[in-house]
Amino acid sequence: MEAKIEYLGRLTIFVRQVLGKMFAHPWRRHLFWQQSLFIGYDSIFIIILTGSATGAVFGLQIGGVFSFFKAEGFIGGATGLALVKELAPLVSGFVLAGRVGSAITAELSTMVVNEQVEAMEAMGIDPLHYLVVPRVWAAVFTMPFLCSVFIFVGMLGVYFVGSGIFAVSEGLFMAKIVELVKTSDILFGLQKMALFSAIIALLACYHGLHPLKGAEGVGLATTTAVVQMLLVILIADVLMSYLQVNLNL
Amino acid sequence: MITFEAVKKRFGQKVVLDGLSFHVEPGKITFILGKSGEGKSVTLKHILGLMEPDAGRVVVDGRSVAEMNPEAVKNYRRRFGMLFQHAALFDSLTVYENIEFPLIEQNPLPRRQRHARIVEVMQQVGVVGSERAYPSELSTGEKKRVGLARALAPRPDFLLYDEPTTGMDPLIAEMIDRLIVKVARENPHMTSVVISHDLKAALATGDHLIMLYQGKVVLAGAPPLFRESEDPVIRQFFSGSVHGPMLFM
Ligand SMILES: Nc1ncnc2c1ncn2[C@@H]1O[C@H](COP(=O)(O)OP(=O)(O)OP(=O)(O)O)[C@@H](O)[C@H]1O
Ligand SMILES: [Mg+2]
Repeated sequence: MEAKIEYLGRLTIFVRQVLGKMFAHPWRRHLFWQQSLFIGYDSIFIIILTGSATGAVFGLQIGGVFSFFKAEGFIGGATGLALVKELAPLVSGFVLAGRVGSAITAELSTMVVNEQVEAMEAMGIDPLHYLVVPRVWAAVFTMPFLCSVFIFVGMLGVYFVGSGIFAVSEGLFMAKIVELVKTSDILFGLQKMALFSAIIALLACYHGLHPLKGAEGVGLATTTAVVQMLLVILIADVLMSYLQVNLNL
Repeated sequence: MITFEAVKKRFGQKVVLDGLSFHVEPGKITFILGKSGEGKSVTLKHILGLMEPDAGRVVVDGRSVAEMNPEAVKNYRRRFGMLFQHAALFDSLTVYENIEFPLIEQNPLPRRQRHARIVEVMQQVGVVGSERAYPSELSTGEKKRVGLARALAPRPDFLLYDEPTTGMDPLIAEMIDRLIVKVARENPHMTSVVISHDLKAALATGDHLIMLYQGKVVLAGAPPLFRESEDPVIRQFFSGSVHGPMLFM
């Protein structure tokens, strides 16, 4: 218990230090682009895969229920709403935690174990500013974009299910999307995703920079980091959804 | 001038530095000797402020390293070049980029001058031709030489070498030993601190030798003092025998 509280304390200090350096000079644009490309390149394929599957499967399930009430026309709108507000941020958050978060932790912890981070400090360069800040910025910008891709391919998935299996016309499909999905829902989903992205990047970097000693330190850091990302994302999701419903944000 | 004043450092139960006191003269080559695990690397890290003493002080040019503020520490470290024991090259950068790194980060020179300097240090350490290689493609000895080039490139006031020749064949080791002397001669104001197991090289190239044993200094002085010493620890280090006061586990 004491160890857990101590850990939370250290994590809080770390997050505060990083946030304090987010706008500090120099602004390392090339590192931001490099990390953004890495995040996108590493995960676009799996995002497309999970996004289209999630949209199609959700459409299939909900279409079965709707057809019972002769309301198949709602399939696109209902899936769209679920995707935008909940499924896309949550599932792509999980996918990105496993794909990108783990890669960041593994990369940084290897750098610590090989004394590369110490070498950087020895040159008078702040590892939080050089290594962590660009990764957090890149995550917060790139991951919501990937989440939008997830939504887009998810809608394609449900469109094929709706028109192919439930014979919904294109016009009705589109009309119900417009009727049900509001801009504020999209913004809410993307904000949520930006928060998940920050959670992923900060936890990935924290565990990367604080691995346990020895060769197994890297593996252990990575597993711990990913498990914590998933948990914290879930908690943040519940909290944000609760706040949205109750405060009508 | 670097002065250790009764520095103590322990990790958990293990006392590594136990009231270590010595000083390093400016503009000279000082060797720090001691068996493996004696705290030599830890000593170097204290000079840079990468580790802080539990008790005692490390004073460099009249200022205590532990008492500097973050900005002062940054500028202080930029006066140093450090060759890490395992080179600590950045894996994600090529050889050329590794050497360029401190030049970009520390004293932004015009590109052409920077390039000239990189070529010069690469020639000095004999790694010309591997500009585009990544550290993972290099042998241990080559990595060390690139690490040395990276440390030398910004022309630091102090050069710290952590076992510069360990893991190299005798010819390369000889070349590096000569290079240490050559670099020191060419920059008469530069202070070199070399950590080593190699007593013969230390006697041949050092101006001042410091022998560590059980967290303290057993003997410090010019090479003749070491050759004539009757101290059993020094004699054992000379003979390389397992018999003597030093225990090997
Ligand atoms: N960051 C650390 N955390 C815990 N223990 C450490 C740390 N750094 C060093 N030690 C311990 O301090 C002792 C001295 O380590 P150090 O690396 O200074 O030895 P060394 O004299 O450089 O040996 P070698 O010649 O093998 O490099 C070792 O027992 C090591 O395990
Ligand atoms: Mg060492």
